[in-house]
Amino acid sequence: MIIYVLCFILLLVGLYGVLTKRDLIKIILSLSIMEYSANLFLILFAYRQDGVFAILSKGEQAAGMVDPLPQALVLTSIVIELGITAMLVALAVRLYQKYNTFDITKIRRLSG
Amino acid sequence: MILPYFVVIPLLAAFLISLISGKKDNWAIILAIISILSLLIISIVGFIHALDNNVLYELSDWDIPYTICLVMDSFTAFMLVIIHLIALTSLIFSISYIRHLSRSWKYYSLFLLLIAGMNGVVLTGDIFNLFVFMEIALFSAYALVAYGNRSEEFEASFKYAVMGSISSTLILIGVGITYSAFSTLTLGKIAEMVPETSPAVVNWLRAIFVVGFGLKAAIIPFHAWLPDAHSSAPAPISSMLSGVLIKALGVYVIIRLFFSVFGMPATFSILFKVLGSLSILVASFLAINQWDIKRLLAYSSISQIGFIVLALGIHTPLAVMGAVFHILNHAIFKGLLFYNSGSVEMYLGTRDLRKMGRLSKLMPVTSATAMIGTLSVSGMPIFNGFFSKLLIILAAIQAGATYSAIIAVLGSVLTLAYFLKFQRYGFLGNDEPSPEGPKVSLGMKTAMITLAVLCVLTSILIIPGIRENVLTPVVDDIINKAGYISLVLGG
Amino acid sequence: MKDKGKGMTLIVKTITRYTVWLIALYGIYIILHGHLTPGGGFAGGVIIALALLNIMLAYGREFTRKWLRINLLHELEATSAIIFLIIGILGVAISGSFLANFLHHGKLFNLVSAGTIPILNIVIGIKVCVGLFVVVWSLALFHIPKKGGTE
Repeated sequence: MIIYVLCFILLLVGLYGVLTKRDLIKIILSLSIMEYSANLFLILFAYRQDGVFAILSKGEQAAGMVDPLPQALVLTSIVIELGITAMLVALAVRLYQKYNTFDITKIRRLSG
Repeated sequence: MILPYFVVIPLLAAFLISLISGKKDNWAIILAIISILSLLIISIVGFIHALDNNVLYELSDWDIPYTICLVMDSFTAFMLVIIHLIALTSLIFSISYIRHLSRSWKYYSLFLLLIAGMNGVVLTGDIFNLFVFMEIALFSAYALVAYGNRSEEFEASFKYAVMGSISSTLILIGVGITYSAFSTLTLGKIAEMVPETSPAVVNWLRAIFVVGFGLKAAIIPFHAWLPDAHSSAPAPISSMLSGVLIKALGVYVIIRLFFSVFGMPATFSILFKVLGSLSILVASFLAINQWDIKRLLAYSSISQIGFIVLALGIHTPLAVMGAVFHILNHAIFKGLLFYNSGSVEMYLGTRDLRKMGRLSKLMPVTSATAMIGTLSVSGMPIFNGFFSKLLIILAAIQAGATYSAIIAVLGSVLTLAYFLKFQRYGFLGNDEPSPEGPKVSLGMKTAMITLAVLCVLTSILIIPGIRENVLTPVVDDIINKAGYISLVLGG
Repeated sequence: MKDKGKGMTLIVKTITRYTVWLIALYGIYIILHGHLTPGGGFAGGVIIALALLNIMLAYGREFTRKWLRINLLHELEATSAIIFLIIGILGVAISGSFLANFLHHGKLFNLVSAGTIPILNIVIGIKVCVGLFVVVWSLALFHIPKKGGTE
């Protein structure tokens, strides 16, 4: 139970970073922290009491293992978040070329 | 048998374009038009086929609880026809519009990836597969919003990407809780197990998915990315985003999750009515204040999505028919209006309403189609917007939700108000502006005239003979939860 | 930043010449044993991409552009995606479902077993490796001006 609460606190830390930081790179890093907490949440759901790792080798039984499906979901999710981070970093580089700053209070041409 | 081809054909075309194109984009245009045209024909054939019997397709030759399945019932086929229709007109429009920006093949590759992602979201029957295809479509949307290399586009794309990622994280947590509560990911099996699970968990799931997919559908209070993203994007991408993407990713998934899988108790009915009413009123008031054409159209999109969500909250078959018809109508006339704004922007070099004037002499085709689009969205009779809004208001009165009916009528009046501003300053003003860019080309005129003709033609769908064949099966498939379960588990 | 195009010092270049191949070998091992041990296409692809990035960091951009033939990498990325889709369509043609496992399954725990899964792992590994390298390469190409941004 404590583990789930800590995972939720990690999500809130990431959300705090996205909402209050003024630097573009710090916003991207806080978004990564939020996504780490979502992946951790998925893996925590896969735990079974007294389970062994889910690799079938010679002479192992298939019962008594932890659940392997959320681990596959997390692999896919990590790939997706890699793509999102790459795109955000590319956008940040282009924004620096145009505005010469990373500060979001100065990148404010669109409003209303 | 043909269901995976809806995803395979755009992906194959996107990578083939990347392989065989050199510096120019001729091969890219030919490949893109061939693939979208064939997909449109296949989706129309599929819609006629799905009216009688629905199709289930399992990937990789495994059985239902272990595999990813693709489901096509009439609502899915309806959405596929809308997606490919708007995509075809958008491609024809963008041939000359994008050449004005740069002669690169990358636009067509990203566009086909967007189509592949949206097709995947609409077809799939597995909730994590829906998340993956939604992310594919959103990647392409983020990149296409920033395509023109102006500074506002990068800022708008960054905002869109950050907000979209927050909501995607929330949806991923929702998928995790779904797997933990039901130990399966197939939507049909979840729908079968929902009555036996504790109501607290299911209510949490409903709340998480309303927030997550509500941000994709731009319901107020989750709308803040839409005015920037849709006004800074190039015009054919604005019409794709506003006409199809927020409906395929937002409204379609909300309908699928709340009507076929999780069900909608009274609390969420009231929530949808409140969110819909807020969207209609707040977005209309914000739209009256705008002087930029595309920002005005973007706020109008939020307002029309509010109509659809209000109709979903009313929860009777007549209201669902109004919502589905409004999805089709809004895609058509909002696409048309965005093409008009794109032509005006290309010809005059500005988007400010105060700098435009009497455009009806300089650009006759654009002015005529803009008048048709304005009359449709305001709800004048004979055009298609009138019939869908009439259905929603009638359904609200019949269900006894008088406040919703009053707000819907008020929303229609406000829509007329800001579109009158659009017409008066933009097309029927006093002084003539000076043209700066190239004239509207044949491809752009074709796309605009096609959509204007469709604006009038789709009002045929309300005639009782045709309505029984086209719209009523769609509504039946949405409301019939037991039918969806037996389709997925029985096949 | 004086020798921006020329890479790092002599010590780094010498060590890189020997360790890059070990990193690539480790990545190939993870890709090929993807159906027996954890890892698979994506993790192995990322490791091989790190090997290529090691070369780019140690030797500089001009040398890597000539040595690795960047145009070939663009074509390789698109080709591997098309091969993946063709294997899926072959599944429809032979077995009736998309991405069906139509090759012989083989004995359990062998290296050559489990049908099409090792082939798909190799294709995904190539695509991820090339894709990740090209992404970081494109980010490294941007030249940030010293003063005054462009409009």
